[in-house]
Amino acid sequence: MRRSPYDTYLLLLFVGVLAVAPAVLPEFYVTLLNYIGLYSIVALGLVMLTGVGGLTSFGQAAFAGLGAYTSAVLTTVYGVSPWLTLPAGLLITSLVAVSLGLVTLRLSGHFLPLGTIAWGISLYYLFGNIDALGGHTGIAGIPPLQIGEVELRSGRDFFYLIWAVLLGTVLATRNLLDSREGRAIRALKGGSVMAEAMGVDTPRSKIVVFTVAALYAGVSGWLYAHLQRFVNPTPFSLTQGIEYLFMAVVGGVSHVWGAIVGAGLITVLKQSLQDWLPRLLGQSGNFEAIVFGLLMILVLHRARDGVWPMIDRLLPQRVLHGSFSGAEDLPRRPRPQAGSVLLEVHDGSKRFGGLVANDRVSFTVRAGEVMALIGPNGAGKSTMFNGISGVDPLSSGTVSFRGQRVESLPARDIARLGMSRTFQHVRLLPGMTVIENVAIGAHLRGGKGFVAAACRADRSEEARLLKEAARQIERCGLAEQMYESAGSLPLGKQRLVEIARALAADPCLLLLDEPAAGLRFLEKQALAELLRRLRDEGIGILLVEHDMDFVMGLADRVMVMEFGQKLASGLPEEVQRNPLVVEAYLGGVE
Amino acid sequence: MNLQIALLLGQDGVTSGAIYALLALALVLVFAVTRVIFIPQGEFVAFGALTLAGLQADRLPGTIWLLLALGTAIALVEGGAALRQRRYRRIPLILLVNCAAPLLLAGALVAVSPAGLPLPIQVLLALMLVVPLGPMIYRLVYQPVAEVSVLALLIVSVAVHVTLIGLGLFFFGAEGSRTPAFTEVSFEFGEAVLQGQTILVVVASLVLIIALYFFFERTLYGKALRATAMNRTGARLMGISGQLAGMLSFTLAAAIGAFSGILISPITTIYYDSGFLIGLKGFVGAIIGGLASYPVAAAGAVLVGLLESYSSFWASAFKEVIVFTLILPVLLWRSLTTRHPEEG
Amino acid sequence: MSSLAVDGERPVVLEVRDLSVSYGKVQALHGIALKVHRGEIVTVIGPNGAGKTTLLSALIGLLPASGEILYLGEYQGAGRSVEQLVRLGMTLVPEKRELFSEMSVEDNLLLGAFDRYRAGHRDQLETMDQVFDIFPRLMERREQLAGTLSGGERQMLAMGRALMAKPRLLLLDEPSLGLAPLIIREIFRTIAQLRKTGVAILLVEQNARAALQIADYGYVLETGELSLAGPSSALATDPRVIASYLGLGGRR
Repeated sequence: MRRSPYDTYLLLLFVGVLAVAPAVLPEFYVTLLNYIGLYSIVALGLVMLTGVGGLTSFGQAAFAGLGAYTSAVLTTVYGVSPWLTLPAGLLITSLVAVSLGLVTLRLSGHFLPLGTIAWGISLYYLFGNIDALGGHTGIAGIPPLQIGEVELRSGRDFFYLIWAVLLGTVLATRNLLDSREGRAIRALKGGSVMAEAMGVDTPRSKIVVFTVAALYAGVSGWLYAHLQRFVNPTPFSLTQGIEYLFMAVVGGVSHVWGAIVGAGLITVLKQSLQDWLPRLLGQSGNFEAIVFGLLMILVLHRARDGVWPMIDRLLPQRVLHGSFSGAEDLPRRPRPQAGSVLLEVHDGSKRFGGLVANDRVSFTVRAGEVMALIGPNGAGKSTMFNGISGVDPLSSGTVSFRGQRVESLPARDIARLGMSRTFQHVRLLPGMTVIENVAIGAHLRGGKGFVAAACRADRSEEARLLKEAARQIERCGLAEQMYESAGSLPLGKQRLVEIARALAADPCLLLLDEPAAGLRFLEKQALAELLRRLRDEGIGILLVEHDMDFVMGLADRVMVMEFGQKLASGLPEEVQRNPLVVEAYLGGVE
Repeated sequence: MNLQIALLLGQDGVTSGAIYALLALALVLVFAVTRVIFIPQGEFVAFGALTLAGLQADRLPGTIWLLLALGTAIALVEGGAALRQRRYRRIPLILLVNCAAPLLLAGALVAVSPAGLPLPIQVLLALMLVVPLGPMIYRLVYQPVAEVSVLALLIVSVAVHVTLIGLGLFFFGAEGSRTPAFTEVSFEFGEAVLQGQTILVVVASLVLIIALYFFFERTLYGKALRATAMNRTGARLMGISGQLAGMLSFTLAAAIGAFSGILISPITTIYYDSGFLIGLKGFVGAIIGGLASYPVAAAGAVLVGLLESYSSFWASAFKEVIVFTLILPVLLWRSLTTRHPEEG
Repeated sequence: MSSLAVDGERPVVLEVRDLSVSYGKVQALHGIALKVHRGEIVTVIGPNGAGKTTLLSALIGLLPASGEILYLGEYQGAGRSVEQLVRLGMTLVPEKRELFSEMSVEDNLLLGAFDRYRAGHRDQLETMDQVFDIFPRLMERREQLAGTLSGGERQMLAMGRALMAKPRLLLLDEPSLGLAPLIIREIFRTIAQLRKTGVAILLVEQNARAALQIADYGYVLETGELSLAGPSSALATDPRVIASYLGLGGRR
């Protein structure tokens, strides 16, 4: 990840300032800082969910409410120790988050936030109308937290706990984002097609990130309950849920520090607006909403990345180079024997409504050969690619890959068997570095999960994954761009990044959709050279390409498609002389 | 529950259901045409009702200030663009539409005492004050970011909602208002009493729905909106710009919202923030229709109205909980019937 | 339009000089120059991926471009928009047809006249009759939903819808795409006949033979640059055209 070189120093400075703050600040500011800390924890969850994962929620306040009310009820009614109510609250929070996620995450992206709005309202009224929860008056008399013999009764005492928890979540979040699972979450934002083709179980990743965000809110709610020692429904209303999202967006929804900056800004702003707005308007009421709403619109119009990037720009930048040179190589899958059949498509058809895009197409690809698929626009080549790789399954016909039927498997399972692909329209994550993008390709070659990543128990595996990514990048001639952001490269180079990413999966069969488009002459030659080397290693390559010089010079066999059907196939020179092919390209002569 | 209560609750349910159905249609329309999930739809309900109440109480409704402010802002934006592009001839029209017209309306409101005017004129004035806010908000807030993702547009919508709620409090105060019934007629069927206002709401909603149907099926502008919803690029190539379609759909949504508010304000007390929950119930209906199907959305909204009405009898404290929890089984059902996860 | 530049005997409808289009850092089109006269069919042929669709998208204002575009004698600057150009009589029949699939054929056609209707013209029904004369098949299918049409009928509808706008310049993007040879012949015969109405046509095609048969003048687009130009009869027999498609020649 790109970070300021002073990141660690900044963190230390931050911790230092925090450590002395309660000793020197008046009560009012300590309380303010306590709230900023509590809000930051929730906003941090939203940074992961919205800024990183591309999902969003207006119901985080309700999750905080679950944490708070669970503890309030268990401690006041059943006398359970607050330290036991935390895991209980988190359990309930994650159960709700997982079920809400299961219900909405298969639908398009906007159904999750709509679901959270509805659920935020429901829970608010539920809290307010159940007598056992104290109705709208709430529950008082919640016991204070106790650490050893020390009771955390005052705001000053609580301060350290809140900020320690916040720092813990900041570190865990940063670690998580800088890991295998973190990359999978970041890949969600680019749409699920690419992530699935790289073997990521995207529904699972979405539910996990949604649950993690909910858990952060749950922790914050639990802290709130014991800080206030009183809960009522208001702080867990939808309005507060919306405010949490504002904090994350205003601060910078793609940055860990954005959450804290946003929480700080909004909290301080709210405080001062509540002071002078009613005086200005001559009425009492929550008029800060007007300013917040307008501020949000302004941010979304003018500075969609929020405030943090503006601060970040002032800090010197350095790119962290991972140290992975000493790592072991990843194990490779056994190579199929050269010449053995890798892929066999039999009578593959694809219909879109009445339109037949692929009509009973049959062909094979062998290990150690380059097979080119050519044909005029609209002949059905990319459709066939999507059918084979499971992105958009065929309507009928069979696809066997390494002896196994795969036509009804999801893309990620086909990827697991050793098929890897690139896309006609490049699908990279533009904000991530080249090496991070390529490492997504190696997703299935690692196994460390979220917890391991959050507490950095994944480092040796991570080093091996990055080493593999670096190896593939060098192989594709991109060594100098390894730490540049993928979006800053020209299109031709981005295509090479896609190939490196596909190679990082250690594939037996490589599907390349127009790899030479946008490449310059010398780049094309280098690409052809790379593909020949891969072929000699025994990888099978299926290639869709329009550049005929490229195809004819590289392919071992060529198949020509027209109107979704196979028109001709054979050696390149045979196909070039085939009058049917000439006609297909240049049009019929009457 | 005896038959009389059942009928009474049913009558209530159908009345609110009719309003929710109107709102659901507006929400589906706006979403289909602009991809905007129009959370502030409900604020137009409240603004419509409270503006009418203000006129009837002979107060200058605060919405006029919003109208003037938004008009000035648009005149600045569009006038600036016209100056930059050296298209000076457009400037008088820009000023006329965005500044002069609202000023004229404000002047008229100050000059005559609206409380003394007949009800239809008051309603017309209230609509003139509130409906233009829809396209104005589209022009200023949504159009500059029309190409961003549905999710980002949703966040914009929530921001607009929050702003309008705050403004509503400022304009109308925390007190609720109720306007006098349009009609005092009532019918008795045995023991059941049918209120004239209830019939009016249902009939007016039906008429509006039929009018919308004709607009979409029979007029070229209506077809243009449907075309934009179906195929944005295709529509642009026919000269149907995103701006035109956006402003038109927001005008319809604002009109439907304000009119709904005017219809129900004799039945229920409307506060500055009442619109939100009303709008969201329309939303539950719209979501039942997958934000895509007009008839299913309308039917879903009537179902929401009935559910709300009967649950207020059985478990009045949990009325909102029941209505908003309904969305979960609906989403589950949609999720199970959707084969491929769509790209967000 | 008396102010139009007259080149030879016919007025110039579209003139493009040094047009370039980039996607980010990648230049998709470079230094394109071409001219279309009134009542003339000009074709731009070239293999897949040469930048043909990009060229039309840039002309109609869907994509930003640098260079000079002179349409009806007026410069179209960076502020040009699809809507303005449609108002000025430029109409694109896109490669993907972009029909309103859940609407009837008739409604699709009527929407083709939307901008004229908006500008105050009320002659859409007469125009529709003229379109039905050109494409009688659409008349038979007028009640049917566009999404249920066959590939050839879809192309006819897309062209008919464009004609409803009474264009001065018709941009056609690969009308032969995905169509069987017989249908292609029918469509192209119609395109040739449209010339008589005085409309200028810029036809972008991969199907070089069909396009060159009906065009007056042709350009060959190859990897973003015009590599050949000339009267279509000359291009039709030029061996370099075949080479540019199938990679037979030793180019560069």
